[in-house]
Amino acid sequence: MQELWNYMVDNQAQIWTYTLEHIQLVGLAVVIAIAIGVPLGIYLTTNDYLAETVLQMANVMITIPSIALFGIMIPILSLIDQGIGFVPAVIALILYSQLPIIRNTYVAIKNVDPHIRDAAKGIGMNTMQKLRKVEIPNALPVIMAGVRQAVIMNIGIGAIAAFIGAGGLGVLINQGISRSNTTMVLAGAIAISILAIAVDLLLGLFQKKMTPKGLE
Amino acid sequence: MIDFNHVTKVFNEDIKAVNDISFHVPEGNIVVFLGPSGCGKTTTLRMVNRLESITEGTISVNGNHVNDLNPIELRRNIGYVIQHNGLFPNMTIEQNVMAVPDLLGWDRKKKKDRFHYLMDLVGLNPDEFRKRYPHELSGGQQQRIGIIRAMAADPPVMLMDEPFGALDPIIRSHIQNEFLQIQEEVQKTILFVSHDIDEAIKMGDKVAIFRDGSLMQYDAPDEILAHPTNDFVRKFVGKDRALKSLSLHSVQDLVNEQSLMQASETGKHRKTVFIDTNLKDALSILLNQEAEQLVIQSEEKTIGALTIHDIETYLHEKIM
Repeated sequence: MQELWNYMVDNQAQIWTYTLEHIQLVGLAVVIAIAIGVPLGIYLTTNDYLAETVLQMANVMITIPSIALFGIMIPILSLIDQGIGFVPAVIALILYSQLPIIRNTYVAIKNVDPHIRDAAKGIGMNTMQKLRKVEIPNALPVIMAGVRQAVIMNIGIGAIAAFIGAGGLGVLINQGISRSNTTMVLAGAIAISILAIAVDLLLGLFQKKMTPKGLE
Repeated sequence: MIDFNHVTKVFNEDIKAVNDISFHVPEGNIVVFLGPSGCGKTTTLRMVNRLESITEGTISVNGNHVNDLNPIELRRNIGYVIQHNGLFPNMTIEQNVMAVPDLLGWDRKKKKDRFHYLMDLVGLNPDEFRKRYPHELSGGQQQRIGIIRAMAADPPVMLMDEPFGALDPIIRSHIQNEFLQIQEEVQKTILFVSHDIDEAIKMGDKVAIFRDGSLMQYDAPDEILAHPTNDFVRKFVGKDRALKSLSLHSVQDLVNEQSLMQASETGKHRKTVFIDTNLKDALSILLNQEAEQLVIQSEEKTIGALTIHDIETYLHEKIM
Protein backbone atom coordinates (compact mmCIF):
# COMPACT_ATOMS: atom_id res chain seq x y z
CA MET A 1 0.00 0.00 0.00
CA GLN A 2 2.75 2.36 1.07
CA GLU A 3 4.71 1.32 -1.99
CA LEU A 4 1.77 2.13 -4.28
CA TRP A 5 1.30 5.55 -2.68
CA ASN A 6 5.00 6.34 -3.04
CA TYR A 7 4.93 5.27 -6.66
CA MET A 8 1.99 7.50 -7.47
CA VAL A 9 3.49 10.49 -5.69
CA ASP A 10 6.89 10.01 -7.32
CA ASN A 11 5.39 9.66 -10.78
CA GLN A 12 2.74 12.35 -10.42
CA ALA A 13 3.78 14.30 -13.49
CA GLN A 14 3.85 11.21 -15.69
CA ILE A 15 0.44 10.04 -14.45
CA TRP A 16 -1.03 13.47 -15.20
CA THR A 17 0.32 13.35 -18.72
CA TYR A 18 -1.20 9.91 -19.29
CA THR A 19 -4.51 11.09 -17.80
CA LEU A 20 -4.64 14.04 -20.17
CA GLU A 21 -3.87 11.74 -23.11
CA HIS A 22 -6.65 9.45 -21.94
CA ILE A 23 -9.14 12.31 -21.69
CA GLN A 24 -8.13 13.55 -25.14
CA LEU A 25 -8.59 10.13 -26.68
CA VAL A 26 -11.99 9.47 -25.10
CA GLY A 27 -13.16 13.09 -25.49
CA LEU A 28 -12.44 13.25 -29.20
CA ALA A 29 -13.99 9.82 -29.81
CA VAL A 30 -17.19 10.72 -27.95
CA VAL A 31 -17.60 14.09 -29.64
CA ILE A 32 -17.36 12.43 -33.06
CA ALA A 33 -19.59 9.57 -31.88
CA ILE A 34 -22.29 12.06 -30.80
CA ALA A 35 -22.02 13.88 -34.12
CA ILE A 36 -22.71 10.58 -35.90
CA GLY A 37 -24.95 8.76 -33.43
CA VAL A 38 -27.52 11.40 -32.47
CA PRO A 39 -28.54 12.41 -36.01
CA LEU A 40 -28.50 8.75 -37.04
CA GLY A 41 -30.66 7.79 -34.05
CA ILE A 42 -33.13 10.56 -34.92
CA TYR A 43 -33.22 9.54 -38.57
CA LEU A 44 -33.87 5.91 -37.60
CA THR A 45 -37.12 6.92 -35.87
CA THR A 46 -38.51 7.60 -39.34
CA ASN A 47 -37.47 4.24 -40.78
CA ASP A 48 -38.34 1.19 -38.70
CA TYR A 49 -36.78 -1.34 -41.04
CA LEU A 50 -33.43 0.41 -41.16
CA ALA A 51 -33.58 1.00 -37.41
CA GLU A 52 -33.67 -2.71 -36.70
CA THR A 53 -30.68 -3.39 -38.98
CA VAL A 54 -28.55 -0.57 -37.63
CA LEU A 55 -29.29 -1.37 -33.99
CA GLN A 56 -28.42 -5.03 -34.63
CA MET A 57 -25.14 -3.99 -36.19
CA ALA A 58 -24.32 -1.73 -33.26
CA ASN A 59 -25.19 -4.61 -30.95
CA VAL A 60 -22.78 -6.92 -32.75
CA MET A 61 -20.10 -4.24 -32.76
CA ILE A 62 -20.12 -4.01 -28.99
CA THR A 63 -19.58 -7.76 -28.61
CA ILE A 64 -16.29 -7.71 -30.52
CA PRO A 65 -13.45 -7.85 -27.95
CA SER A 66 -11.58 -4.55 -28.09
CA ILE A 67 -8.18 -6.17 -28.51
CA ALA A 68 -9.54 -8.03 -31.57
CA LEU A 69 -11.00 -4.85 -33.02
CA PHE A 70 -7.63 -3.13 -32.70
CA GLY A 71 -6.08 -6.16 -34.39
CA ILE A 72 -8.52 -6.01 -37.32
CA MET A 73 -7.87 -2.32 -37.84
CA ILE A 74 -4.09 -2.59 -38.04
CA PRO A 75 -3.98 -4.04 -41.59
CA ILE A 76 -6.83 -1.83 -42.79
CA LEU A 77 -5.45 1.44 -41.46
CA SER A 78 -1.91 0.47 -42.47
CA LEU A 79 -3.02 1.34 -45.99
CA ILE A 80 -3.00 4.98 -44.94
CA ASP A 81 0.00 4.54 -42.65
CA GLN A 82 -2.07 4.76 -39.48
CA GLY A 83 -1.98 1.07 -38.46
CA ILE A 84 -1.17 1.79 -34.85
CA GLY A 85 -1.45 4.75 -32.53
CA PHE A 86 -4.05 7.42 -31.90
CA VAL A 87 -6.18 7.12 -35.05
CA PRO A 88 -7.19 3.44 -34.80
CA ALA A 89 -7.84 3.90 -31.07
CA VAL A 90 -10.22 6.81 -31.72
CA ILE A 91 -11.99 4.89 -34.46
CA ALA A 92 -12.47 1.86 -32.21
CA LEU A 93 -13.88 4.02 -29.42
CA ILE A 94 -16.25 5.73 -31.85
CA LEU A 95 -17.54 2.35 -32.97
CA TYR A 96 -18.10 1.18 -29.40
CA SER A 97 -19.93 4.40 -28.52
CA GLN A 98 -22.46 3.99 -31.29
CA LEU A 99 -24.69 1.46 -29.56
CA PRO A 100 -25.50 3.41 -26.40
CA ILE A 101 -25.79 6.72 -28.26
CA ILE A 102 -27.85 5.55 -31.24
CA ARG A 103 -30.04 3.27 -29.14
CA ASN A 104 -30.77 5.87 -26.48
CA THR A 105 -31.47 8.59 -29.04
CA TYR A 106 -33.77 6.30 -31.01
CA VAL A 107 -35.67 5.08 -27.94
CA ALA A 108 -35.90 8.56 -26.40
CA ILE A 109 -37.35 10.17 -29.52
CA LYS A 110 -39.69 7.23 -30.13
CA ASN A 111 -40.97 7.44 -26.57
CA VAL A 112 -41.97 11.10 -26.67
CA ASP A 113 -45.67 11.09 -25.72
CA PRO A 114 -47.67 10.68 -28.96
CA HIS A 115 -50.20 13.28 -27.75
CA ILE A 116 -47.47 15.87 -27.50
CA ARG A 117 -46.23 14.94 -30.95
CA ASP A 118 -49.78 15.17 -32.30
CA ALA A 119 -50.25 18.58 -30.68
CA ALA A 120 -46.97 19.84 -32.17
CA LYS A 121 -48.03 18.74 -35.64
CA GLY A 122 -51.60 19.95 -35.14
CA ILE A 123 -50.62 23.51 -34.25
CA GLY A 124 -48.54 23.73 -37.41
CA MET A 125 -44.92 22.87 -36.61
CA ASN A 126 -42.95 21.45 -39.52
CA THR A 127 -40.73 18.39 -39.04
CA MET A 128 -37.63 20.36 -38.04
CA GLN A 129 -39.50 22.63 -35.64
CA LYS A 130 -41.17 19.64 -34.06
CA LEU A 131 -37.75 18.02 -33.53
CA ARG A 132 -36.02 21.13 -32.26
CA LYS A 133 -38.74 22.56 -30.04
CA VAL A 134 -40.48 19.45 -28.77
CA GLU A 135 -38.94 16.06 -29.49
CA ILE A 136 -35.25 16.66 -28.75
CA PRO A 137 -35.80 18.70 -25.55
CA ASN A 138 -38.13 16.02 -24.20
CA ALA A 139 -35.73 13.24 -25.22
CA LEU A 140 -32.61 14.95 -23.90
CA PRO A 141 -32.32 13.26 -20.49
CA VAL A 142 -32.35 9.80 -22.09
CA ILE A 143 -29.94 10.82 -24.87
CA MET A 144 -27.58 12.24 -22.25
CA ALA A 145 -27.77 8.98 -20.29
CA GLY A 146 -26.56 7.16 -23.42
CA VAL A 147 -23.68 9.60 -23.88
CA ARG A 148 -22.71 9.15 -20.26
CA GLN A 149 -22.72 5.40 -20.63
CA ALA A 150 -20.55 5.65 -23.77
CA VAL A 151 -18.01 7.90 -22.06
CA ILE A 152 -17.61 5.63 -19.03
CA MET A 153 -17.32 2.55 -21.22
CA ASN A 154 -14.71 4.29 -23.38
CA ILE A 155 -12.59 5.26 -20.40
CA GLY A 156 -12.30 1.53 -19.63
CA ILE A 157 -11.74 0.41 -23.22
CA GLY A 158 -9.31 3.28 -23.76
CA ALA A 159 -6.91 1.54 -21.38
CA ILE A 160 -6.45 -1.24 -23.93
CA ALA A 161 -5.58 1.29 -26.64
CA ALA A 162 -2.16 1.57 -25.02
CA PHE A 163 -1.36 -1.83 -26.55
CA ILE A 164 -1.43 -0.26 -30.01
CA GLY A 165 0.55 2.74 -28.90
CA ALA A 166 -2.26 5.25 -28.45
CA GLY A 167 -0.96 6.37 -25.05
CA GLY A 168 -3.15 7.12 -22.06
CA LEU A 169 -3.33 5.53 -18.64
CA GLY A 170 -3.26 2.05 -20.20
CA VAL A 171 0.48 2.58 -20.73
CA LEU A 172 1.03 2.08 -16.98
CA ILE A 173 -0.83 -1.23 -17.07
CA ASN A 174 0.83 -2.35 -20.27
CA GLN A 175 4.33 -1.60 -19.04
CA GLY A 176 3.57 -2.90 -15.57
CA ILE A 177 2.56 -6.25 -17.02
CA SER A 178 5.60 -6.57 -19.22
CA ARG A 179 7.91 -5.68 -16.32
CA SER A 180 5.96 -7.78 -13.80
CA ASN A 181 5.54 -4.60 -11.78
CA THR A 182 2.30 -5.00 -9.82
CA THR A 183 2.54 -1.55 -8.32
CA MET A 184 2.59 0.04 -11.75
CA VAL A 185 -0.39 -2.02 -12.91
CA LEU A 186 -2.33 -1.08 -9.80
CA ALA A 187 -1.46 2.58 -10.16
CA GLY A 188 -2.81 2.56 -13.74
CA ALA A 189 -5.98 0.70 -12.75
CA ILE A 190 -6.69 3.03 -9.83
CA ALA A 191 -6.05 6.14 -11.90
CA ILE A 192 -8.49 4.90 -14.56
CA SER A 193 -11.13 4.11 -11.94
CA ILE A 194 -10.81 7.54 -10.35
CA LEU A 195 -11.03 9.18 -13.77
CA ALA A 196 -14.16 7.16 -14.60
CA ILE A 197 -15.88 8.04 -11.32
CA ALA A 198 -14.95 11.72 -11.57
CA VAL A 199 -16.17 12.01 -15.17
CA ASP A 200 -19.38 10.18 -14.31
CA LEU A 201 -20.13 12.60 -11.49
CA LEU A 202 -19.34 15.55 -13.73
CA LEU A 203 -21.57 14.25 -16.54
CA GLY A 204 -24.30 13.56 -13.98
CA LEU A 205 -24.27 17.24 -13.04
CA PHE A 206 -24.17 18.25 -16.69
CA GLN A 207 -27.11 15.94 -17.47
CA LYS A 208 -29.12 17.57 -14.71
CA LYS A 209 -28.30 21.01 -16.04
CA MET A 210 -29.27 20.05 -19.58
CA THR A 211 -32.62 18.58 -18.55
CA PRO A 212 -35.42 21.08 -19.29
CA LYS A 213 -36.87 22.40 -16.03
CA GLY A 214 -40.34 21.19 -16.81
CA LEU A 215 -39.18 17.58 -16.94
CA GLU A 216 -37.57 17.45 -13.52
CA MET B 1 -67.82 28.40 -43.11
CA ILE B 2 -66.83 24.74 -43.19
CA ASP B 3 -68.24 22.43 -45.84
CA PHE B 4 -67.95 18.66 -45.94
CA ASN B 5 -68.72 17.43 -49.42
CA HIS B 6 -69.05 13.64 -49.90
CA VAL B 7 -66.07 13.02 -47.65
CA THR B 8 -64.78 9.46 -47.42
CA LYS B 9 -61.78 8.12 -45.54
CA VAL B 10 -60.41 4.64 -46.18
CA PHE B 11 -57.59 3.20 -44.05
CA ASN B 12 -55.30 0.48 -45.38
CA GLU B 13 -57.27 0.23 -48.63
CA ASP B 14 -60.27 -1.56 -47.15
CA ILE B 15 -61.31 -0.11 -43.78
CA LYS B 16 -63.88 2.61 -44.33
CA ALA B 17 -63.57 4.96 -41.35
CA VAL B 18 -65.73 7.72 -42.81
CA ASN B 19 -68.33 7.03 -45.45
CA ASP B 20 -69.58 9.74 -47.81
CA ILE B 21 -70.58 12.45 -45.38
CA SER B 22 -71.77 15.92 -46.37
CA PHE B 23 -72.84 18.82 -44.21
CA HIS B 24 -72.38 22.54 -43.72
CA VAL B 25 -71.11 24.25 -40.58
CA PRO B 26 -72.26 27.89 -40.30
CA GLU B 27 -69.85 30.55 -39.09
CA GLY B 28 -69.76 31.07 -35.31
CA ASN B 29 -71.43 27.75 -34.52
CA ILE B 30 -70.27 24.96 -32.27
CA VAL B 31 -70.92 21.66 -34.00
CA VAL B 32 -70.51 18.60 -31.81
CA PHE B 33 -69.50 15.31 -33.47
CA LEU B 34 -71.16 12.66 -31.36
CA GLY B 35 -71.04 8.88 -31.44
CA PRO B 36 -69.58 5.73 -29.90
CA SER B 37 -65.82 5.15 -30.18
CA GLY B 38 -64.69 4.07 -33.61
CA CYS B 39 -67.59 5.83 -35.35
CA GLY B 40 -65.31 8.10 -37.39
CA LYS B 41 -65.89 11.36 -35.53
CA THR B 42 -62.23 11.96 -34.64
CA THR B 43 -61.06 10.97 -38.12
CA THR B 44 -63.54 13.45 -39.61
CA LEU B 45 -62.18 16.17 -37.34
CA ARG B 46 -58.57 15.38 -38.19
CA MET B 47 -59.20 15.60 -41.92
CA VAL B 48 -60.08 19.28 -41.51
CA ASN B 49 -56.50 20.27 -40.61
CA ARG B 50 -55.09 17.44 -42.71
CA LEU B 51 -53.69 15.39 -39.85
CA GLU B 52 -55.48 12.68 -41.81
CA SER B 53 -55.62 12.71 -45.58
CA ILE B 54 -58.97 12.79 -47.36
CA THR B 55 -59.53 9.69 -49.50
CA GLU B 56 -62.47 11.06 -51.48
CA GLY B 57 -64.57 14.20 -51.49
CA THR B 58 -63.61 17.67 -50.34
CA ILE B 59 -63.54 19.73 -47.18
CA SER B 60 -63.48 23.48 -47.55
CA VAL B 61 -62.87 26.13 -44.93
CA ASN B 62 -64.04 29.63 -45.81
CA GLY B 63 -64.42 28.59 -49.43
CA ASN B 64 -60.90 27.16 -49.79
CA HIS B 65 -60.43 23.44 -50.27
CA VAL B 66 -58.08 22.27 -47.53
CA ASN B 67 -56.23 20.04 -49.99
CA ASP B 68 -55.24 23.14 -51.97
CA LEU B 69 -53.61 24.76 -48.95
CA ASN B 70 -50.17 24.23 -47.47
CA PRO B 71 -50.82 21.89 -44.50
CA ILE B 72 -48.44 23.77 -42.18
CA GLU B 73 -50.09 27.15 -42.88
CA LEU B 74 -53.54 25.58 -42.70
CA ARG B 75 -52.84 24.18 -39.21
CA ARG B 76 -51.48 27.49 -37.96
CA ASN B 77 -54.80 29.06 -38.92
CA ILE B 78 -56.90 26.44 -37.16
CA GLY B 79 -56.87 26.08 -33.37
CA TYR B 80 -56.35 22.52 -32.17
CA VAL B 81 -57.19 21.16 -28.71
CA ILE B 82 -56.88 17.50 -27.67
CA GLN B 83 -58.08 15.49 -24.71
CA HIS B 84 -54.73 15.00 -23.03
CA ASN B 85 -54.11 18.74 -23.35
CA GLY B 86 -50.89 18.02 -25.31
CA LEU B 87 -48.99 20.79 -23.57
CA PHE B 88 -45.24 20.67 -24.17
CA PRO B 89 -43.70 19.63 -20.82
CA ASN B 90 -40.36 21.25 -21.62
CA MET B 91 -41.89 24.69 -22.16
CA THR B 92 -43.24 27.19 -19.64
CA ILE B 93 -46.91 28.12 -19.67
CA GLU B 94 -46.13 31.31 -21.58
CA GLN B 95 -44.06 29.45 -24.18
CA ASN B 96 -46.85 26.89 -24.56
CA VAL B 97 -49.58 29.48 -25.04
CA MET B 98 -47.42 31.49 -27.43
CA ALA B 99 -46.31 28.46 -29.47
CA VAL B 100 -48.26 29.43 -32.61
CA PRO B 101 -47.50 33.19 -32.44
CA ASP B 102 -43.84 32.14 -32.11
CA LEU B 103 -44.12 30.10 -35.29
CA LEU B 104 -45.76 33.07 -36.96
CA GLY B 105 -42.95 35.39 -35.81
CA TRP B 106 -44.97 37.86 -33.71
CA ASP B 107 -42.96 40.52 -31.89
CA ARG B 108 -42.48 40.43 -28.14
CA LYS B 109 -44.91 43.19 -27.23
CA LYS B 110 -47.72 41.67 -29.25
CA LYS B 111 -47.12 38.24 -27.71
CA LYS B 112 -47.05 39.63 -24.19
CA ASP B 113 -50.33 41.51 -24.64
CA ARG B 114 -51.98 38.50 -26.18
CA PHE B 115 -50.78 36.25 -23.34
CA HIS B 116 -52.29 38.61 -20.76
CA TYR B 117 -55.57 38.83 -22.64
CA LEU B 118 -55.88 35.05 -22.99
CA MET B 119 -54.97 34.27 -19.38
CA ASP B 120 -57.54 36.82 -18.19
CA LEU B 121 -60.10 35.13 -20.42
CA VAL B 122 -59.75 31.85 -18.50
CA GLY B 123 -59.29 33.49 -15.13
CA LEU B 124 -55.64 32.58 -14.56
CA ASN B 125 -53.17 35.17 -13.30
CA PRO B 126 -50.66 35.76 -16.13
CA ASP B 127 -47.80 36.80 -13.85
CA GLU B 128 -48.31 33.91 -11.48
CA PHE B 129 -48.33 31.26 -14.21
CA ARG B 130 -45.98 32.69 -16.84
CA LYS B 131 -42.83 30.90 -15.69
CA ARG B 132 -44.46 27.73 -14.43
CA TYR B 133 -44.43 24.36 -16.18
CA PRO B 134 -47.43 22.24 -17.21
CA HIS B 135 -46.81 19.51 -14.60
CA GLU B 136 -47.18 22.09 -11.85
CA LEU B 137 -50.79 22.80 -12.86
CA SER B 138 -54.00 20.95 -12.03
CA GLY B 139 -55.86 19.05 -14.76
CA GLY B 140 -58.43 21.81 -15.13
CA GLN B 141 -55.78 24.51 -15.38
CA GLN B 142 -53.83 22.49 -17.95
CA GLN B 143 -56.93 22.11 -20.09
CA ARG B 144 -57.61 25.85 -19.90
CA ILE B 145 -54.06 26.48 -21.10
CA GLY B 146 -54.62 23.94 -23.89
CA ILE B 147 -57.69 25.90 -25.00
CA ILE B 148 -56.07 29.32 -25.00
CA ARG B 149 -53.02 27.92 -26.78
CA ALA B 150 -55.38 26.98 -29.59
CA MET B 151 -56.86 30.50 -29.55
CA ALA B 152 -53.48 32.26 -29.35
CA ALA B 153 -53.23 33.46 -32.94
CA ASP B 154 -56.98 34.17 -33.03
CA PRO B 155 -57.85 31.53 -35.64
CA PRO B 156 -61.42 31.70 -36.98
CA VAL B 157 -61.83 27.92 -36.71
CA MET B 158 -61.09 25.59 -33.81
CA LEU B 159 -60.98 21.80 -33.66
CA MET B 160 -61.50 20.26 -30.25
CA ASP B 161 -61.08 16.51 -29.76
CA GLU B 162 -62.83 15.55 -26.52
CA PRO B 163 -61.26 18.57 -24.83
CA PHE B 164 -62.95 17.97 -21.48
CA GLY B 165 -62.95 14.17 -21.57
CA ALA B 166 -60.21 13.66 -19.01
CA LEU B 167 -61.67 15.97 -16.36
CA ASP B 168 -63.82 14.98 -13.39
CA PRO B 169 -67.53 15.83 -13.73
CA ILE B 170 -67.59 18.93 -11.52
CA ILE B 171 -64.60 20.58 -13.15
CA ARG B 172 -65.82 19.51 -16.58
CA SER B 173 -69.16 21.21 -16.08
CA HIS B 174 -67.43 24.31 -14.78
CA ILE B 175 -65.06 24.55 -17.75
CA GLN B 176 -67.91 23.87 -20.18
CA ASN B 177 -69.78 26.89 -18.82
CA GLU B 178 -66.64 28.97 -18.87
CA PHE B 179 -65.97 27.96 -22.45
CA LEU B 180 -69.51 28.83 -23.55
CA GLN B 181 -69.04 32.29 -22.05
CA ILE B 182 -65.76 32.72 -23.90
CA GLN B 183 -67.44 31.58 -27.10
CA GLU B 184 -70.10 34.30 -26.65
CA GLU B 185 -67.26 36.77 -26.83
CA VAL B 186 -65.01 35.26 -29.49
CA GLN B 187 -67.60 33.65 -31.81
CA LYS B 188 -65.33 31.00 -33.31
CA THR B 189 -66.50 28.29 -35.65
CA ILE B 190 -65.87 25.15 -33.63
CA LEU B 191 -65.89 21.45 -34.38
CA PHE B 192 -66.08 19.55 -31.12
CA VAL B 193 -65.77 15.78 -30.72
CA SER B 194 -67.59 14.17 -27.81
CA HIS B 195 -69.04 10.80 -26.82
CA ASP B 196 -71.23 12.34 -24.16
CA ILE B 197 -74.78 13.18 -25.21
CA ASP B 198 -75.25 15.62 -22.31
CA GLU B 199 -72.13 17.50 -23.30
CA ALA B 200 -73.30 17.59 -26.91
CA ILE B 201 -76.69 19.05 -25.95
CA LYS B 202 -75.08 21.61 -23.71
CA MET B 203 -72.27 22.74 -26.01
CA GLY B 204 -73.66 22.25 -29.49
CA ASP B 205 -75.52 24.70 -31.73
CA LYS B 206 -75.76 21.63 -33.89
CA VAL B 207 -75.00 17.98 -33.27
CA ALA B 208 -73.75 15.48 -35.85
CA ILE B 209 -74.37 11.89 -34.80
CA PHE B 210 -72.03 9.32 -36.33
CA ARG B 211 -72.26 5.58 -36.56
CA ASP B 212 -69.74 3.30 -38.28
CA GLY B 213 -68.42 6.17 -40.36
CA SER B 214 -71.80 7.40 -41.55
CA LEU B 215 -73.64 10.53 -40.54
CA MET B 216 -76.93 9.47 -38.89
CA GLN B 217 -78.41 12.88 -38.13
CA TYR B 218 -77.27 16.48 -38.26
CA ASP B 219 -79.55 18.89 -36.44
CA ALA B 220 -79.95 21.30 -33.57
CA PRO B 221 -79.94 19.50 -30.19
CA ASP B 222 -83.66 20.03 -29.50
CA GLU B 223 -84.52 18.68 -32.96
CA ILE B 224 -82.42 15.57 -32.34
CA LEU B 225 -84.08 14.98 -28.99
CA ALA B 226 -87.59 15.66 -30.25
CA HIS B 227 -87.34 13.95 -33.62
CA PRO B 228 -84.60 11.32 -33.83
CA THR B 229 -84.49 10.14 -37.45
CA ASN B 230 -83.85 6.46 -36.72
CA ASP B 231 -83.59 3.83 -34.02
CA PHE B 232 -79.85 4.28 -33.56
CA VAL B 233 -80.20 7.97 -32.76
CA ARG B 234 -83.23 7.27 -30.54
CA LYS B 235 -81.23 4.71 -28.56
CA PHE B 236 -78.13 6.84 -28.47
CA VAL B 237 -79.82 9.92 -27.06
CA GLY B 238 -81.45 7.74 -24.41
CA LYS B 239 -84.88 7.00 -22.99
CA ASP B 240 -84.77 10.23 -21.05
CA ARG B 241 -84.66 12.38 -24.16
CA ALA B 242 -87.81 14.19 -23.07
CA LEU B 243 -86.12 15.15 -19.83
CA LYS B 244 -82.94 16.12 -21.62
CA SER B 245 -84.82 18.37 -23.97
CA LEU B 246 -86.35 20.20 -21.02
CA SER B 247 -82.83 21.36 -20.16
CA LEU B 248 -82.78 23.28 -23.45
CA HIS B 249 -85.81 25.36 -22.48
CA SER B 250 -86.13 27.91 -19.70
CA VAL B 251 -89.09 28.96 -17.60
CA GLN B 252 -89.09 32.09 -19.73
CA ASP B 253 -89.80 29.99 -22.85
CA LEU B 254 -92.75 28.42 -21.09
CA VAL B 255 -94.06 31.77 -19.86
CA ASN B 256 -93.97 33.04 -23.45
CA GLU B 257 -96.37 30.26 -24.47
CA GLN B 258 -98.60 29.64 -21.50
CA SER B 259 -100.10 31.80 -18.81
CA LEU B 260 -99.13 31.01 -15.25
CA MET B 261 -101.58 30.66 -12.41
CA GLN B 262 -101.63 33.14 -9.56
CA ALA B 263 -99.06 32.28 -6.88
CA SER B 264 -100.86 31.32 -3.70
CA GLU B 265 -99.93 33.56 -0.81
CA THR B 266 -99.73 30.84 1.78
CA GLY B 267 -98.62 27.23 2.12
CA LYS B 268 -95.20 25.79 2.82
CA HIS B 269 -95.28 23.68 -0.34
CA ARG B 270 -93.74 26.32 -2.49
CA LYS B 271 -90.26 27.18 -3.66
CA THR B 272 -88.96 30.19 -5.49
CA VAL B 273 -86.90 30.09 -8.70
CA PHE B 274 -85.76 32.68 -11.22
CA ILE B 275 -87.23 32.94 -14.66
CA ASP B 276 -83.99 31.91 -16.44
CA THR B 277 -83.93 28.49 -14.71
CA ASN B 278 -84.15 25.66 -17.22
CA LEU B 279 -87.21 23.47 -17.15
CA LYS B 280 -85.30 20.31 -16.25
CA ASP B 281 -84.00 21.94 -13.09
CA ALA B 282 -87.44 23.40 -12.35
CA LEU B 283 -88.98 19.94 -12.65
CA SER B 284 -86.27 18.44 -10.43
CA ILE B 285 -86.99 20.99 -7.73
CA LEU B 286 -90.71 20.26 -7.92
CA LEU B 287 -90.04 16.54 -7.56
CA ASN B 288 -87.23 16.64 -5.01
CA GLN B 289 -88.73 19.22 -2.70
CA GLU B 290 -92.24 17.80 -2.83
CA ALA B 291 -93.38 21.30 -3.69
CA GLU B 292 -96.77 21.74 -5.30
CA GLN B 293 -95.83 24.88 -7.08
CA LEU B 294 -92.79 26.92 -7.98
CA VAL B 295 -93.03 30.65 -7.50
CA ILE B 296 -91.39 32.35 -10.45
CA GLN B 297 -89.36 35.47 -9.86
CA SER B 298 -88.44 37.94 -12.55
CA GLU B 299 -86.46 41.04 -11.66
CA GLU B 300 -87.42 40.64 -8.00
CA LYS B 301 -91.12 40.50 -8.80
CA THR B 302 -93.27 37.43 -8.46
CA ILE B 303 -94.95 36.77 -11.77
CA GLY B 304 -96.84 33.59 -11.03
CA ALA B 305 -96.57 29.94 -10.09
CA LEU B 306 -95.61 26.83 -12.03
CA THR B 307 -96.79 23.24 -11.48
CA ILE B 308 -95.69 19.88 -12.83
CA HIS B 309 -98.78 19.92 -14.98
CA ASP B 310 -97.67 23.15 -16.72
CA ILE B 311 -94.32 21.63 -17.61
CA GLU B 312 -96.02 18.50 -18.92
CA THR B 313 -98.32 20.54 -21.13
CA TYR B 314 -95.44 22.58 -22.48
CA LEU B 315 -93.43 19.42 -23.19
CA HIS B 316 -96.23 17.82 -25.19
CA GLU B 317 -97.32 20.89 -27.06
CA LYS B 318 -94.06 22.61 -27.79
CA ILE B 319 -91.22 20.09 -27.64
CA MET B 320 -92.15 16.51 -28.48
